[in-house]
Amino acid sequence: MNSKLNLDPKLIDSARSRAARIAESMQTFIDRHTTVSTERTVLRLLGIDGVDDVDTPLPNVVVDAIKDGGGLPRGAAYWIGNAMIQTGLDPQTIAERVASGELDIMKLPMASPAAAEEKILPLVHAALEKIKAQTAKREQYLSTIGEGRQPYLYVIVATGNIYEDIIQAKAAARQGADIIAVIRTTAQSLLDYVPYGPTTEGFGGTYATQENFRLMRKALDEVSEEVGRYIRLCNYSSGLCMPEIAAMGALERLDVMLNDALYGILFRDINMQRTLVDQYFSRVIIGYSGIIFNSGEDNYLTTADAFEEAHTVLASQFINEQFAVLAKIKEEQMGLGHAFEMDPDLENGFLYELAQAIMAREIFPKASLKYMPPTKYMTGNIFKGHIQDALFNFVAVWSGQSIQLLGMLTEAIHTPHMHDRMLSIENAKYIFNNARSIGDEVEFKKDGIIQRRAQQVLAEADKLLAEIEKEGLFSTIEKGKFGGVKRARDGGKGLDGVCVKDETYFNPFIRLMLGGEK
Amino acid sequence: MRHHQTTQAAAGKAAATATATVDLTQVKPYGDTMNDGMVQLSFTLPVPYGDEANEAAKILAKQMGLDEPSVVYSKDMAGFTWFVLYGKCRHTVDFTSIKVTKVDVEVMDRLECEKYIKENIKRNVVVVGACTGTDAHTVGIDAIMNMKGFHGHYGLERYQGIEAINMGSQVPNEALIAKAIEVNADAILVSQIVTQKDVHIANLTNLVELLEAEGIRDKVILVCGGPRISHELAQELGYDAGFGPHTYAEHVASFILTEIVKRKLVDKK
Repeated sequence: MNSKLNLDPKLIDSARSRAARIAESMQTFIDRHTTVSTERTVLRLLGIDGVDDVDTPLPNVVVDAIKDGGGLPRGAAYWIGNAMIQTGLDPQTIAERVASGELDIMKLPMASPAAAEEKILPLVHAALEKIKAQTAKREQYLSTIGEGRQPYLYVIVATGNIYEDIIQAKAAARQGADIIAVIRTTAQSLLDYVPYGPTTEGFGGTYATQENFRLMRKALDEVSEEVGRYIRLCNYSSGLCMPEIAAMGALERLDVMLNDALYGILFRDINMQRTLVDQYFSRVIIGYSGIIFNSGEDNYLTTADAFEEAHTVLASQFINEQFAVLAKIKEEQMGLGHAFEMDPDLENGFLYELAQAIMAREIFPKASLKYMPPTKYMTGNIFKGHIQDALFNFVAVWSGQSIQLLGMLTEAIHTPHMHDRMLSIENAKYIFNNARSIGDEVEFKKDGIIQRRAQQVLAEADKLLAEIEKEGLFSTIEKGKFGGVKRARDGGKGLDGVCVKDETYFNPFIRLMLGGEK
Repeated sequence: MRHHQTTQAAAGKAAATATATVDLTQVKPYGDTMNDGMVQLSFTLPVPYGDEANEAAKILAKQMGLDEPSVVYSKDMAGFTWFVLYGKCRHTVDFTSIKVTKVDVEVMDRLECEKYIKENIKRNVVVVGACTGTDAHTVGIDAIMNMKGFHGHYGLERYQGIEAINMGSQVPNEALIAKAIEVNADAILVSQIVTQKDVHIANLTNLVELLEAEGIRDKVILVCGGPRISHELAQELGYDAGFGPHTYAEHVASFILTEIVKRKLVDKK
């Protein structure tokens, strides 16, 4: 591709190779470890669902029993396979009996790992078939009723009540939205379990539960058929239950999931070892299910300065891309994140934002780039806010972004009201249509402000990646190089849920989802 | 053009009458003429778009105290209708009788704060801050505490003589208090951004109760802040001060420093 920014392809290759080596070195660590959430995911995919009499999800009950019995290094797949051989029961019944105290799966005779794996294999294939059927259904919708044009209009609903969310989501789809994200309730990321059933109470959002996913997907299918456009559903595969929620999303046909290799570490203080192991399985599932992941680089700019720290966003995009490559995710499913967050008082800020947005597009040409709206400098002056959002939309159509998380004029005041969403959709549609081909028409002055800005950010990102490569990702985070947030290797939440695998460990899903390898 | 001039002349004439200056005991919204009462509103009604919807919006506006309501725009939102509406407010407010509780402190800039510490406190002032409870938003506490600050106003970390410890977000009240005791803090700052279902009230109240239970409430300066926090609310909840939007580090620092001196907390054990 001909670079409008005059970016040096050798520098892009250099940055990308550095990121690849960083991700690969982390992969060695990841491959040696498993986590409680990874093992609960295996159980969920094997069909274990529901809660015990004190509302503890059965996957937690079983994994806790395995962990307490010292069996986690061998993996939950072994223990369930073994219990099936020894009892003749199916996984769900086994889980129910563990919950009621009738069965101790750690005290049964032990079959060989090979026998246990063979026993569960039909269930593994059944789960993969279920996921494939959902992917096929998405493909069928896309080929029959079609979809909106990029940049997709992405809006959020966040009432706390799934039934109210459905009303808002359907209204937004009728107004022109292409992607509906159900914002999660505050602090769900720190729960080490996934709540069960439909929920009607939440703070700042709605619990991510499998039933809520199912209800919303069904409602969006209905409205997709009504408006003649496939409406995508987005939720969060993040926090302490990252891979479990990815599995739920795969089973219930979510289309987009927030999933970032570093976000939980930096912004939720989740232990870095836990997150890196968890993100791997979650990304394998996401890749296999045709889900677009959205990384969270935009968040760096809410804590750090958007002008000075732009290169950290690009460096993190490279790293997220390479972690995704290791999980066999297609480029089109990589929703790498970035944001329009510079101080509106900055002279030529628009030019810098434009330079960076085009730079992201040139460096990740096939990725489903996710562009985030201004939030940090939204003030409550809704009139000015609407103009800030307009400039953001203008950059997006100019630079060919894929997923446009629409800015709300009432950002910093409340979660969007129905007409806030309508106004933001109207704003984006107006600008996208009015300036549709501007990116094809306009070229930039050689060595002008725009070209120089993009070149500078790329050079700084390459330099940062060189430092990370030298120092290792863990110590880089310990030093606070991303988002200005420092985290300790053994600090944060969830470290006690990480363990080293033993030599007989197996997780059949990872192998099969990657196409038979590993 | 001619028409425009005529209108201006007419307005000029009106301005020459008794309504030219504001009567602070009977204040009304101002559009383009004193006491015209002009108010702009936008809202949605859960009714289908059409003449009936517009009428409903106007009736509602009249009940809100707006005379001559006029729906200047309405939009079909599939079963819902959105309106832009203007009306003339019939109510007035007596501006002369208004009292607002504010943080009563003379604001010093960063350098003045640093000088104040040197001259009056003569030791480092320790400030611990966090966004507490389930709230994951660090933007408020970061704006006040981080080196960089916000909008050209450096944060407390930058202040010589202030040791600022920002614990970040989703910090349990218990952890915040433990830290404050550990570092012998002079002041505790709490940021609350999420206010849905008044979750911040319960959380802020809980912190005060815990501090009282620990017996250290009187030994620290307790400050809260956030987009929905007012000084009045803060005081009701048992805080020394509350800061709303448009607060910068120097406002908070000025309060803490003068309070340390005022409450004779300079010599702490």
